[in-house]
Amino acid sequence: MPHIPLPEGLPGITGLLEYRLDTAKPIREMTQVLLRGPSTLTQGERELIATYVSHRNECRFCATAHTAAADLLLGEGETSRAVKENLDEAPVSEKMRALLTIAGKVQQSGLSVTEDDIAAARRQGATDLEIHDTVLIAALFCLYNRYVDGMAAWTPDEPAFYERLADRIVNRGYTRPPEGFANHTYTSTVS
Amino acid sequence: MPHIPLSPDLPGIRGLVAYRPDTGRSLYELAEALLGENSSLSRAESELIAAYVSSRNECLFCTSSHAAASRHLYGDEAATVDAVLHDIKTAPISDKLKALLNIAGKVQLGGRNVTDEDVAEARRHGATDRQIHDAVLIAAAFCMFNRYVDGLATWAPTDPEVYAEMGRRMAENGYTARFTQIINAREASHASHSTT
Repeated sequence: MPHIPLPEGLPGITGLLEYRLDTAKPIREMTQVLLRGPSTLTQGERELIATYVSHRNECRFCATAHTAAADLLLGEGETSRAVKENLDEAPVSEKMRALLTIAGKVQQSGLSVTEDDIAAARRQGATDLEIHDTVLIAALFCLYNRYVDGMAAWTPDEPAFYERLADRIVNRGYTRPPEGFANHTYTSTVS
Repeated sequence: MPHIPLSPDLPGIRGLVAYRPDTGRSLYELAEALLGENSSLSRAESELIAAYVSSRNECLFCTSSHAAASRHLYGDEAATVDAVLHDIKTAPISDKLKALLNIAGKVQLGGRNVTDEDVAEARRHGATDRQIHDAVLIAAAFCMFNRYVDGLATWAPTDPEVYAEMGRRMAENGYTARFTQIINAREASHASHSTT
């Protein structure tokens, strides 16, 4: 049960982003820029950062949704699984391994990121902007994970819901359509 | 030393939003929505929640600046801010604000630490749905801001006078104006450096 009444039929973050629109707007816009805008990191790589941080924060809604999005973008599910289970051996580039390590440190605390973590990323070719964006994406997902779980937003169990949500965030992005979600298309069918 | 090259004139988040203004604009818009007139809590109380969460995250820049903003807004009762940062249980604040700060503190640890009883306690002392929401989101947002500011090792002033002035401007001008001021200063700086 969410801690406050939230819009009907909109699980997890989706109902929260309809509850208060003036805070939702900058959160959505930042997410769209960071995860879908131009970048030297692929969209799949950026969704892996979101997935990894959400997994570490034990936010089931966010981790499941972004795993589904990452898998859709990467065309396979092995990488996201490996990143969550054992980053050291995951089939990612050494640069991504170093950036995901930084993201994992940010998840604990900004103060946990060391000069060595940054140097390791630079040795693998990470740019200033890639380092910046990794930190900000990780920090943003610390917001999302705490918002969703802090409000006890409903977390569906069925995988089909997350596949529909992943399809939306991959193909339509994070911004809100003008009409909102009054006629939403991804409620779980509960009979 | 910041982990990426940032303007040495701009401490904390200010250097970061100058570095990447497209996300910086949204960050400042979020700050104004959360802490300004659309918050369901007063600006003083909203800034206080921000400072409290930032202190738990041990972010010097964010704690110092938002505490200063809150002190400015509390005016003669500025000592309230320091009492809260010291110990919310004994601070001279309403039971409602105490309960909302407790919720914010739980969010800082992790969302699932907020219990039904924490929320019930806030409701018993008159907190509305929207106030509970805003306490949670301010806390979640400052868990983001603190990680951004410290994750890139931005520099933080240590002089309380610098923060007092910063806090006054944050409180009186709001974050939309503050963002514009940073971007205008950045553009002026670029213009004066392009003397070829």
